[in-house]
Amino acid sequence: MSLWIIDKSAMATFVANVMGDYRVVGPKAKGPQFAFDEIEDPAELRLDYNTSILPPKKYFQPQEERLMTFKRNGDSAPEAVIEAEATVIFGVHTCDLHAMRVLDQAFTQNFPDAHYLTRRRQALLIGIECLEPCDEHSFCKSMGTLTISEGYDLHLTDLGDVYAVDVGSEEGLTLLKTYSDARLATESDMQQLNRALSAKWPRFPYKLELDVDELPALMSQSYNNPIWETLAEKCLACGTCNIVCPTCFCFNVYDEVDLNLENGERSRRWDSCMLDVFARVAGGENFREQRSARLRHRFMRKGLYLVERYKHLGCVGCGRCARLCLADISPINVFNELHE
Amino acid sequence: MTQIAEELLYLPVMAKVLEVESLTELEKLFLIQLPDGHSLGNAPGQFVEVSLFGIGEAPISVSSSPSRSNGAFELCIRRVGDLTNALHTLQPGDTVGIRGPFGHGFSLEKMKGKDILFAAGGLGLAPLRSLINQVLDERGSFGRVIILYGTKQPKEILFKEELQEWADRKDVEFHLTVDRGDETWRGNVGVITTLFSKIALNSRNTVAAICGPPIMYRFVLMELMGKGIPETQIYLSLERRMKCGVGKCGHCQINNLYCCLDGPVFKYSQIKGVEEAL
Repeated sequence: MSLWIIDKSAMATFVANVMGDYRVVGPKAKGPQFAFDEIEDPAELRLDYNTSILPPKKYFQPQEERLMTFKRNGDSAPEAVIEAEATVIFGVHTCDLHAMRVLDQAFTQNFPDAHYLTRRRQALLIGIECLEPCDEHSFCKSMGTLTISEGYDLHLTDLGDVYAVDVGSEEGLTLLKTYSDARLATESDMQQLNRALSAKWPRFPYKLELDVDELPALMSQSYNNPIWETLAEKCLACGTCNIVCPTCFCFNVYDEVDLNLENGERSRRWDSCMLDVFARVAGGENFREQRSARLRHRFMRKGLYLVERYKHLGCVGCGRCARLCLADISPINVFNELHE
Repeated sequence: MTQIAEELLYLPVMAKVLEVESLTELEKLFLIQLPDGHSLGNAPGQFVEVSLFGIGEAPISVSSSPSRSNGAFELCIRRVGDLTNALHTLQPGDTVGIRGPFGHGFSLEKMKGKDILFAAGGLGLAPLRSLINQVLDERGSFGRVIILYGTKQPKEILFKEELQEWADRKDVEFHLTVDRGDETWRGNVGVITTLFSKIALNSRNTVAAICGPPIMYRFVLMELMGKGIPETQIYLSLERRMKCGVGKCGHCQINNLYCCLDGPVFKYSQIKGVEEAL
């Protein structure tokens, strides 16, 4: 759609204006790291962040969310609870924008899920182009997620004193026009943007020794590879990789009753296929009892199963799982070793 | 696939328990009625999510056949965990939350005109009973009906009166066995595969439907393969923890399959190369 220019000095006003009508979230400093959080003062917004501990997924599928409230006694029906508020998310990196496509499919296909979709429909995504690699763990260039041409409402690129703002939707354009004094880009702005975009590519290394399009085929040949046993010897099966992954969406459901034992709520919480109870059934049978089987399942899902089901890879190369893995397991090494 | 309004996806309806019958020490049969005269509209082999609020929700296969619904349906429930133990305390008149039916059931159309071989182990009879009674209610549309049923001990045998009816019918070949007999047991003793020597099959015209514990599938499949029944004519109903029932929560994944969406009834040819299936 159209390309606009907003002065960096005008960003604070833009954010403040949006805050008047929306919950605004974005990357904020959290100790030496960054986390997506609600912005209470535009100065907190750190669009220059490298990466966030958790992806912005938590605003669509929260760590814990109520599905319904109920009464324990009597025959009254439970009441659905859908908690959503109009939200603008600033500063979503392109890897995380790619990840949203997997989540959108997962929560739309077959049985649409109002808990996710209501929040999704009430949210606007403002992406930001990465011009420098975040650290050694990411491999977005290899995964084809270093840039994106859709899936956002607005998308920013840092051009020094100004941001170029690419409009991705009508809602994005309305937001920009209503709350900012952005101006349409000129030809020289576009040339400046092109220079910035072409200059960024050499800064990012290719980390995989294979083309991303070959990954599903590679995974389909790797089911019986001994690597799963080898990795399982050091994997702690702690589930951290699931928790920080922008495309993991599995959950478990819990009932909780208040102290008077009358009222309660049913909620869902993030779950992890790396935990040993994940595939266990009531009779005690566990269909992925071996750690190696769980590890393999996770990688198969990212590189093959999700592509088959949702047409998008389940790995976007964000590097979060590798960054936090206590056993130093990185998908870069796993995919490359499988490719050897 | 049943359409569900997205905001009602996880919301059970309050159904009424009409009757409770004790089948064994561990299993009870519940007759359940949906509110407002709604019928469940299930296919044999489908499951529902059963809720007790404050305790939880679990997938349970429907045990009654759609042909005998009369506006209510039956669930045969073994008490094995918190939810099922609590369900066992329910009395007629109590309410229970129900979602569903979910999943792919048995394809009755593909079975018509064929000989049908049922092989059920233990609680595996519960989902198969739905199909068996449907087939018996349309008896003229099928060839031979052969039912093999095995349990560990005589005291674990489910639906005893109904089994007797099947055994008494001239148009049903019914064989029962127990792994270990007791002092009163006069019938077959041995695992379910020992029954296969008692039957001769026209293999190309036979469709098999099997349900039981994981260990049973391996041996029954070997028998069926040995008799030359095509892999595309063998249906299995698999057990997994289908927490949400609608392909979201992930607990029932079998490699790339979701048991709740793609199953719980699978064709053997569909899951033969799927390592996690059995």
